[in-house]
Amino acid sequence: MIEVQQLTKRYGSTLAVDGLSFTVDPGRVTGFLGPNGAGKSTTMRAMIGLDRPTSGRVLIDGRSYTDLRYPLREVGALLDAKALHGGRTARAHLLGLARSNRIPDRRVDEVLNTVGLTGAADRRTEGFSLGMAQRLGVACALLGDPPVLLLDEPVNGLDPEGILWIRGLMRQLAEEGRTVFVSSHLMSEMALTAEHLIVIGRGRLLADTSVEQFIARNSRAYILIRTPEPQRMRDVLTDAGVHTDDGPDGTLEAVGTSSEKVGELASRHGVTIHEISPRTASLEEAFMQLTADAADYRAESRSADHG
Amino acid sequence: MGDPRAAIAFEWTKIRTVRSSLWSLLLCFLVSVLIALLFGWVLRGAYDDMSAQSKADFDPVGSGFNGLRLGMISLVVFGTLTVTGEYTSGTIRASLAAVPRRGVFYAAKVLTGTAIALAVSVVVVLVTFFTAQTAIGEAHNASITDDGALRAVVGSILYMTLICAFSMGLATVLRTPALTLGILVPLFFMVSEILNNLPGVQKAAQFLPDAAGGIIMRREAQEHMILDAWSGMAVLVAWVVVALAGGYLALRRRDA
Repeated sequence: MIEVQQLTKRYGSTLAVDGLSFTVDPGRVTGFLGPNGAGKSTTMRAMIGLDRPTSGRVLIDGRSYTDLRYPLREVGALLDAKALHGGRTARAHLLGLARSNRIPDRRVDEVLNTVGLTGAADRRTEGFSLGMAQRLGVACALLGDPPVLLLDEPVNGLDPEGILWIRGLMRQLAEEGRTVFVSSHLMSEMALTAEHLIVIGRGRLLADTSVEQFIARNSRAYILIRTPEPQRMRDVLTDAGVHTDDGPDGTLEAVGTSSEKVGELASRHGVTIHEISPRTASLEEAFMQLTADAADYRAESRSADHG
Repeated sequence: MGDPRAAIAFEWTKIRTVRSSLWSLLLCFLVSVLIALLFGWVLRGAYDDMSAQSKADFDPVGSGFNGLRLGMISLVVFGTLTVTGEYTSGTIRASLAAVPRRGVFYAAKVLTGTAIALAVSVVVVLVTFFTAQTAIGEAHNASITDDGALRAVVGSILYMTLICAFSMGLATVLRTPALTLGILVPLFFMVSEILNNLPGVQKAAQFLPDAAGGIIMRREAQEHMILDAWSGMAVLVAWVVVALAGGYLALRRRDA
């Protein structure tokens, strides 16, 4: 379990994370969602002691990361996959990390096999594609067989096959009872892999909810009605207790009803109808809506990027 | 908290799995020994033609160690790259995630690098000494049992090791190899040489790290110097302490 408690991180005059509090539970994939620059990476770096919080703290199973004697056996993190010494082989990179935390050497071959890099184990990493580096990064995270995994944008750079693989791996790790915390700036990706969502914008918590709830609450469903008599149709629906909004191009949007009911009402009152169709705003639209303020803010202050 | 021995095993694995560190150590050996061989031969031939004053001042120990100053560049490069490689490649984040106690991480890195520098220096200095003295020839050479010869050998080993430690401290403060080597190489191999030959600043220049530590490489201290062999070494130790403390403070304070 990861507990983020009133975490604040300031870089100079930029407030990257602002009083953030949430808990990540074991046994499920928790998505960490927010537009670029929302403070996701800063939060994840603070979780493993790379960035010192200005105030607040993060606890991993009740302890601070820097107090862990063998942290790689408690938390596996994939932060920046391209951060490799090009002159070192994949195996040597993993071997060093294993030695640092007294993890048996045989784990190196095991994780190389898990991520499908056995064939490239003795190649120097300078020739690695982003996808291969990403797989090596996952191998590093899995090395200590940790109960907690932090993955920052793990899908980046993977080919379609790799994306399917990492989704399956994350679900499997969660099913094994581990805490899996995955950041992304893509709502659609999270809808496919995560059960729970932490959404932040501008360093603040915007939502802490299950994916199902998030979809139900944020994806607005309505019935689109195209008619040459919008005012009459609106009156008919209002009389029947159905709320309507104005849509684009003189259309109506009826909320909380079905197309059958709209059709029957129109027929009973003799209103001419050109189109009745159920519509759902996409998750991506819902996410954009939720984080719109944060995105506006980013566009204004590009200069201070501490993603 | 933390496991210092595991942290040292980590640093050792990182150093031995990168070719540039192996090459710089090998280069240190080759440059030092080859120059000693060359100097020895030249001196053997030139000795008879030297003036009486030059003959009196002739220091076979110091002359034999001329190559060490050049070989030392490789140790400076080794110490610098061991530290800056983490920053230029970005592996510093993975390393600090593995060893989150910065003091443990830093101590392990400096100890491992310095221990390797010490082991290499022992071999390089001993081989250099005997190569040079053999090349100079029995007529004019020094024996390890001569007055000051053993001190020069032990002192040179310490000198090279400490210069490497100094480089690691400064590299931790500066983080880029270009900046670190851009300061150290000219400082060690040009600036102190130039300042030492300017009468006005000579007194101050001997307190520079390489000049102070290098006094011990000669069999006898020169008259115009304030520092002698061991006080010079103490000045170098002070420089190393300052550089390492600076590195520690920088590492502890910074986000990675």
